[in-house]
Order: sequence, then structure tokens, then C-alpha cells
Amino acid sequence: MGKRNKNSESDIKKVLIDFINESFLPSSGLDSFEDSDSFMDKGIVDSTGVLELLEFIEDSFDIKVEDEEVIPDNLDSLNKLTSFIKGKCINAGK
Amino acid sequence: MLVNEFLEDSADAFPNKTALVCSGKKLSFLEIEHLANRLSNALIDLGVIKQDRIVILLEASVETVVSIFGILKTGGIFLVINPQVKANKIKYILNDCQAKALITDANHFKDLSAVTSECPTLETAIIVGYDQTEEKMHKMEMPIIHSYSEILDKYSIDRPQKRCIDIDLACLIYTSGSSGIPKGVMCTHQNVVSAASSIIEYLENTPEDIILDVLPLSFDYGLYQVLMSFKFGGTVVLEKSFLYPYTIIDLLIKEKVTGFPIVPTIVAILLSLKDLERFDFSSLRYITNTAQALPPRYITKLQQIFPGAKVYSMYGLTECKRATYLPPEELDKRPTSVGKAMPNTEVYLIDKNGKEITKAGEVGELLVRGANVMKGYWNLPEETERAYKPGPIPGEKVLYTGDLFKMDEEGFLYFISRMDDMIKTGGEKVSPKEIENVLYQIDDVNEAAVIGVNDDILGQAVKAFVVLKKKSELTQEDIIKYSSRHLENYMVPRYIEIRDKLPKSSHGKIAKKELK
Repeated sequence: MGKRNKNSESDIKKVLIDFINESFLPSSGLDSFEDSDSFMDKGIVDSTGVLELLEFIEDSFDIKVEDEEVIPDNLDSLNKLTSFIKGKCINAGK
Repeated sequence: MLVNEFLEDSADAFPNKTALVCSGKKLSFLEIEHLANRLSNALIDLGVIKQDRIVILLEASVETVVSIFGILKTGGIFLVINPQVKANKIKYILNDCQAKALITDANHFKDLSAVTSECPTLETAIIVGYDQTEEKMHKMEMPIIHSYSEILDKYSIDRPQKRCIDIDLACLIYTSGSSGIPKGVMCTHQNVVSAASSIIEYLENTPEDIILDVLPLSFDYGLYQVLMSFKFGGTVVLEKSFLYPYTIIDLLIKEKVTGFPIVPTIVAILLSLKDLERFDFSSLRYITNTAQALPPRYITKLQQIFPGAKVYSMYGLTECKRATYLPPEELDKRPTSVGKAMPNTEVYLIDKNGKEITKAGEVGELLVRGANVMKGYWNLPEETERAYKPGPIPGEKVLYTGDLFKMDEEGFLYFISRMDDMIKTGGEKVSPKEIENVLYQIDDVNEAAVIGVNDDILGQAVKAFVVLKKKSELTQEDIIKYSSRHLENYMVPRYIEIRDKLPKSSHGKIAKKELK
């Protein structure tokens, strides 16, 4: 997975949608999801999915997610996840 | 005693004590009693009669707890369905139990709108967060929709009169059968009271206990945390998922949790965090595990992270709630045992001919006797007859668990396998569990599941699926080499598949049926 340095919100979203469509959606039994859908409530992310998701965003956006940041407010929908990553990239000057 | 009296007695004894902590809200027993009475009076007014089935389709929330007790107070039978269940299966359950009413929230109701017209018995829907402007809801003829908050405002806080006796049903708990069709286990008030009392007795719960419940309330293990805590007058902290480990750690510390029920997946997630030793978990008095055995390696790590907590290994199935537990002081001596019968329950093993096994080491099916043995499966007389068979006392039913166990010299029980899951390879019977135990001894193995796959020569061949630690360089050959040093030849996996993850049920249990 190539590192991305210039991350606009729509770029981030697109990368995430591709990943979720490929990794989580097939096993969730859903055809699609909304940007504001809770991954937890919709059953999109399962018990090991959060760890997978973290590994993916750390690798693809070259950011470090602290244990304390692994909370639903940061990660539990496409919108939340996008703004969390955007914030991390800005702080890291990326 | 009736299950609704768990709440009523505690509301009388400790009205202002915190009963429930959920999403930042704290409610006392009396507050919940009043809310449940309001809901109950509303349901009665809407025509709910004794033993009507009412489905709760909500995340773990204050409303779920209020609904459970509110339904019980009407003399009705409650069912909690995990909101992650898809619309078609919900439709199946609504029709199977002939639900009269549904309590859900606006989002989930919208997802269901395509199927509710195909549920002819469903007369009433009570919607949390009901949106008056939602046009689609207004157009619907059936069920008739009510707003949860409006009906709660409208009805009285007076406790309704008792409407049932303890042999009436309190709840249905749907489990996935081997056929794949969900079966509703019928639990009477007496069954639930008996199971809850036994568990409370061996866990030595007191009103000072604070339980963190991160398990779905559709799962008996998650549901009973709430029921038991209300019975002994403790506090239950509800969190709707265990997906976010830091949220769990935060709650354990902030709420000074004393009891933490887990399944192995939760331990796997917790152990993936760094520096857990830096947290102060000194208030934690005990951890319980069921659903799937904890690999001994996990037990050691749990004891390091939570040095003050006793660890209880337990065994049970929805059909009897719980059957056995291992007293924590035995854990170091026999880490893979699930112990002996819990209080007021009898368990024993029988061989193929139905004769009781008394010899250590001999494998047989586990049978359970007790007031905790449920009444059978809703509308499935044949399946009920297969699992619940006549016992020693005329008219009595004993539960045939379908699980194979052996005992040691002192009568402690060891799970071998589901009878259906035993692998028959080259004429030998092999327990997947025994192989999984060996795989879990390998430090880099995070998860392991063993199944039998068809094989022309052997009948079945042993296949292992493993999930390795991140960045592990372990190969299939390494795993086979290790297995062959610790297992008889015929038990060494023929095939090893290394995967990123294993399929899980919504309860976090490895879904072996999906492995091939």
C-alpha cells in the first residue's frame, strides 16, 4: 500500500470506501452503507474488524493511532473516521 | 418468585441506589421501576395479555432494560434480538414466535419497514426516537405505531398487578440451531430465577458489586448480567459492544467495576493493547468466561493484567443457561477444566448405551438436571424431544447437551467436543479441542480452529485454521512440526491454513460452520 501525503477529505473517503467494500461489506450481508452509518450498529465491523481497520489506516495514511484514540467517536462511521484521519494528518503536517 | 420481582424487590429495598449506568446516564432502581411500570401499563392498555410475545430490537440501552421488565410486568414473554440481525431473519423470528408487539428505534424500524407487512400477528410497534415527520411510518396500516416517550409520559408509575405464576414463560432466547434455523429456547420464570440464584451464589455477588456488561443482551450470558445484578441489588454498567478496547478499560476504571464477564475474543482484543499493566484495575474482584474455553496462555496473561481478580471458567448452553463452573482456586491446578455442577444443579456423563460413566477419563455426553433446565424449543416438539428426554423421576426432563466431556479422578469435567464436531480420521476419533489447545500453546498463534474435512482415504482429515500475531513469520511447516511433537500422529493437522481472521458469531464465538 503506497503512502499518501496529500490527503484531501474526498481522497481519504475514497480509500476508506474501497477498503470497507472489499474487507467488511461482503461478510456483513449489506449491499451498501451510508457515510453516517455506525459500523457497529450496522454490523459492518465485527470483533476483529476494529484492529484490522486500525492497521489499514496506520499503513495507508502513515499515521499512528494511540490506544486512547481507539473509541467509537473517532472510528465508528465513514464520516467520523474521515475527519479523525484528516485531523491526524494535519497535526502530523501531512 | 417472578423475574420482574428482581427489579421490584430491589426498588423496594434500595430505591435510590444506582441500578444501571449506560451511555453516561445513571438510573436508580426506583427510576427504572417507574419507567417499567409506565411501559407495562401502556402495553396492557394497548391490549397485551398474559404470555403475549413482545420483541425488543434495540442496542444495549436504558430502553432495553426498561422494556425487559416492563414486558415481564404485563405477564408477557420478552425476546431480545440483536439489532445487527438482518431484516429477513427478524421477520422469521417475529412470525415464529407470533409476536404481538415490537419495541425498537426509528432507524431499525425503517430497515424493517419492507417486512413488517408480512408479519400478520404484529399489531403494535413502539418506537424509541419516533420521528413524527417520517412520512413512511404514517402510511403504514399495520402495525400501529406509538412513540416510546409519549406513551411513557402518558401512563402511570403504579406497579401493575401480578399477572402470571412462576411456571409461565418469561422469555424466549433464540439460538442458531445446527440446521441453521433459529430456535427459541423457552425459559420460565422459575428457570430464570433458579439459574440466576445459582450463579449469584457461586460468584458470591453482593449489592456492592458493579458489573460491566459488554455482551449483547440477545445472548443469555449478556442478558443474565442485567437480570442477576437487579436480583442482588448491584449496579450494571452497559456498553453496547466490546469492539473498542479503550472504552472498556476506561469504564472498568471509572466505574470501579468489580465483575467482568468476558468471552475469549474480548481477551484477544485486550491483549493486543500495549502496557496494560499501567492501569489500576484493583477494584476488579472477578472475571467470568464462558461460550468457548480460554486458552491457558490467556489465563496466565489475564492473571498478570488483573492480579486481584479471580477467574471463573464456566460451561453452559442456552438450553439450561449454565451447568458447571470451576472454583477459581482450582484454576492453576486444572486450567482446562470447566469444573463441576453449579449449586442446585446435577450433571453426569453417559456412554453410548445410556449408562452413567463413573470412571475417570472415559468420554461421554453430558446431561443436566435441575430447575434451570429450560422447557424446550418454541413450536419445535421434535427438536425438543431430542434434547429434553425423560429423567430419573417420572415426568422429569433431563437436558442432553450434545457435548462430550470426560472427568478426572476428582470428578472435575473437561470439554472434549460437540458430538457433531468430533472428527473421525482413519478410524480414530479426534477432539478438535485437544488439537486447538496444542496450537494455542504456540506463542505466535492468536486464534485457532480445527475441523474435519472430507478425505478419500481417511474419511476425514484434520484441518487447522490459525490467525497469527501481526508480523509473525511462523510457517505452516513450523506449526506442523510443533503439533507433531505434542500430538499423536493421527491428530497432527493434515492441512494448515493461515488466515487474517476467522469468521465469528455476533457473540464473538468462532463460527466453525463457515470454515471449510
